[in-house]
Amino acid sequence: MSTDNEHTGQEKSPAPGAKPQGDWPLWEVFIRNKQGLDHKHAGSLHAADAQMAIENARDVYTRRMEGVSIWVVESRHIHASSAEESGSLFDPANDKVYRHPTFYELPEELKYM
Amino acid sequence: MPRPEPEITFQDKVNREIRIEPKDWMPDQYRKTLIRQISQHAHSEIVGMLPEANWITRAPTLKRKATLIAKVQDEAGHGLYLYAAAETLGISRSEMIDQLLCGKAKYSSIFNYSTLSWADVGAIGWLVDGAAIMNQVPLCRASYGPYARAMIRICKEESFHQRQGFEILLTLSGGSNAQRAMCQDAINRWWWPSVMMFGPNDDASPHTAQSMKWKIKRFTNDELRQKFIDVCAEQVKILGMTLPDPHLVWNEQKKHYDFGQIDWAEFRLVLEGKGPCNRERLQARNKAHEEGAWVREAALAYAEKRRLADLQAAPLKV
Repeated sequence: MSTDNEHTGQEKSPAPGAKPQGDWPLWEVFIRNKQGLDHKHAGSLHAADAQMAIENARDVYTRRMEGVSIWVVESRHIHASSAEESGSLFDPANDKVYRHPTFYELPEELKYM
Repeated sequence: MPRPEPEITFQDKVNREIRIEPKDWMPDQYRKTLIRQISQHAHSEIVGMLPEANWITRAPTLKRKATLIAKVQDEAGHGLYLYAAAETLGISRSEMIDQLLCGKAKYSSIFNYSTLSWADVGAIGWLVDGAAIMNQVPLCRASYGPYARAMIRICKEESFHQRQGFEILLTLSGGSNAQRAMCQDAINRWWWPSVMMFGPNDDASPHTAQSMKWKIKRFTNDELRQKFIDVCAEQVKILGMTLPDPHLVWNEQKKHYDFGQIDWAEFRLVLEGKGPCNRERLQARNKAHEEGAWVREAALAYAEKRRLADLQAAPLKV
């Protein structure tokens, strides 16, 4: 497992107490389109803090009523699986076709199953 | 077990229409091409706000003013989607902004022309956004995932831009003689720069073949340009106006419109920074950036102050 996320080129956040400089931190934005649906990744933006990230996300990602709820998380807090290891990581699922309903051959007269 | 060359694996994925994601291996040149193309595209969205923003205060009605503000705000959003996509390739936002502000980075040369009348706002929507859409729709299937996703979002929002532009021209075309003349004048001035937006002819475009192999581009410059001209040649009839090209004529054999020579000397001049508004646009961007510096600093200082206050309020919480 690696700890970096989709954004590869970001500087790590400054040490506590360090004088702020450069880009505002990067945030990932998740939007719930309507009640009953999951929050889904919409994109990312820079903001000085969480409140600003939410307000900017509203302005950028929900101008046409695309959202009823917003989550933001600072990108550096997202842990991602690594692309190089995805082969071995997902391998255990590869040979278990019997987990799918289509694996089972049943007579056609069988209904509602 | 010997592993296949990464370039071969990469090209194989692209050929099978499997999208490339940020952490995947990719050729250096693919990364560089994308950074250049996506950041130029982002800069174009941002600089593109300037010629239209000039008309917000002078829009003829409240409805037109509200629409124009919404459109300019969309362009800012499009810039942001694209900057964020470029950042996934390892370049920082501030680096890209610096490249724009110092004049090193390019942006679409169309935005170096002046918006002289209200009809220009209509012509930009119809022709400039129309050409942009023609370019952008195939980019929704670009091989690089974050770019394609940004383009899907942009295309969804962009179609209102073109329709509102055409509606402005349609209204003017049904107006007084002066309004009709204004409409035709704007079309005359914006037509050829819009046709040039598709870039140099295919035989003068050295990167096209590689970009098509990598499936960043899906159509050549000339293919897209022809499609645009075919569409506009029909649409202009609805306006009762003409396109300023005496050689524009339907070719029954080719099933396409033939059109006149493009003035590439002018294109190169504007590209080199000698267009009507190159200096003005960059000055405006630099001014906005400098005048916003204190806001960016204050926001960071405020966030830091609140973080420290939270720490002091709950010193034992880990």
